[in-house]
Amino acid sequence: MTNPTNDTTIITTNIFKLLKENLLTKRMSNRVTELQKEFVYYTSSLFDQGILNDQFNHLQLLQDESNPEFLAEIVNLFFQDTQKLLDDLTKNLEQENVDFLMLDKTLHHIKGSSSSIGAVGVQNACVAFVTCSNEKNIEGCWRCLEEARNAYNVVRSKLDTLLKIEQEIVAAGGSIPKPSVEPDEE
Amino acid sequence: MNNSEDQGSSSSSCSSYYEDQPHVLAVDDNVVDRKLIEKLLKTSSCKVTTAENAMTALEYLGIGEDQHNTPKALKVNLVLTDYCMPGMTGYDLLKKIKESSQMREVPVVIMSSENVPTRINKCLEEGAHMFMLKPLKLSDIKKLRCQVMKRRH
Repeated sequence: MTNPTNDTTIITTNIFKLLKENLLTKRMSNRVTELQKEFVYYTSSLFDQGILNDQFNHLQLLQDESNPEFLAEIVNLFFQDTQKLLDDLTKNLEQENVDFLMLDKTLHHIKGSSSSIGAVGVQNACVAFVTCSNEKNIEGCWRCLEEARNAYNVVRSKLDTLLKIEQEIVAAGGSIPKPSVEPDEE
Repeated sequence: MNNSEDQGSSSSSCSSYYEDQPHVLAVDDNVVDRKLIEKLLKTSSCKVTTAENAMTALEYLGIGEDQHNTPKALKVNLVLTDYCMPGMTGYDLLKKIKESSQMREVPVVIMSSENVPTRINKCLEEGAHMFMLKPLKLSDIKKLRCQVMKRRH
């Protein structure tokens, strides 16, 4: 025999449970939307400040379900690699006889990797540095090294923040917004 | 050595033509560029093997100096190499490949961050299939793949 009171209680409990879940889902999706907006605005600001360029958009497009960590992986590779190379540049400039050939090679490397990830601020700092190196202007080189370090520290800090927002989006169950890029040239 | 599974076919007509994926040997001394190139190629449904320098690339191809102790040569459909590398440059690698009777038919594409016409001409004259400017994007690799696959048949 069924007990009406029990059934009503069960139904009521279930309804409340559903309402609570719906509210939670709504809150979660609101949070995701807010985070996604933050991600887009923040990225946009980095472009406006000349810290990143369009190549970064191309990187974001490569991230997908099969490799959801791609952006973080390549950015962290860039950090590790560049940090070491900046230290190498310092050691080189500290020598009694600066090895300008080596300086040039190291700068070419940093220029290349920063260009590949769209870290245009670092790339530009390297271009200026190459000029000083070619002129064998050691004082100029020290100034350029400082510029390059500054540019690197800025992009590192900004990308760290961006990656944190990305992690929060994923943790909240959302997807990372994809940028649009320049149409292909024929 | 890396091998990839099919990541799903691209919308271009080139990938629907052929059943198997082209195997690309990507050579670059820059670790960030290697990561990018590998991802671009895998996203374009290519099998990828990466090498840090030209000597390693030659060993993979079975035309290195010490071929007694190396494993069987890889079957590659394309060599994609950076121009500026310490030791042996991409140009030197191109020459070695074109000099080899086993490997000379394999297309070699040279990449560089510098747009130097004399450099480009030198490579094309030596038999490079194409010269590509860095930084590379997905559209570059997709175009390249189409071209290479057309050559196979």
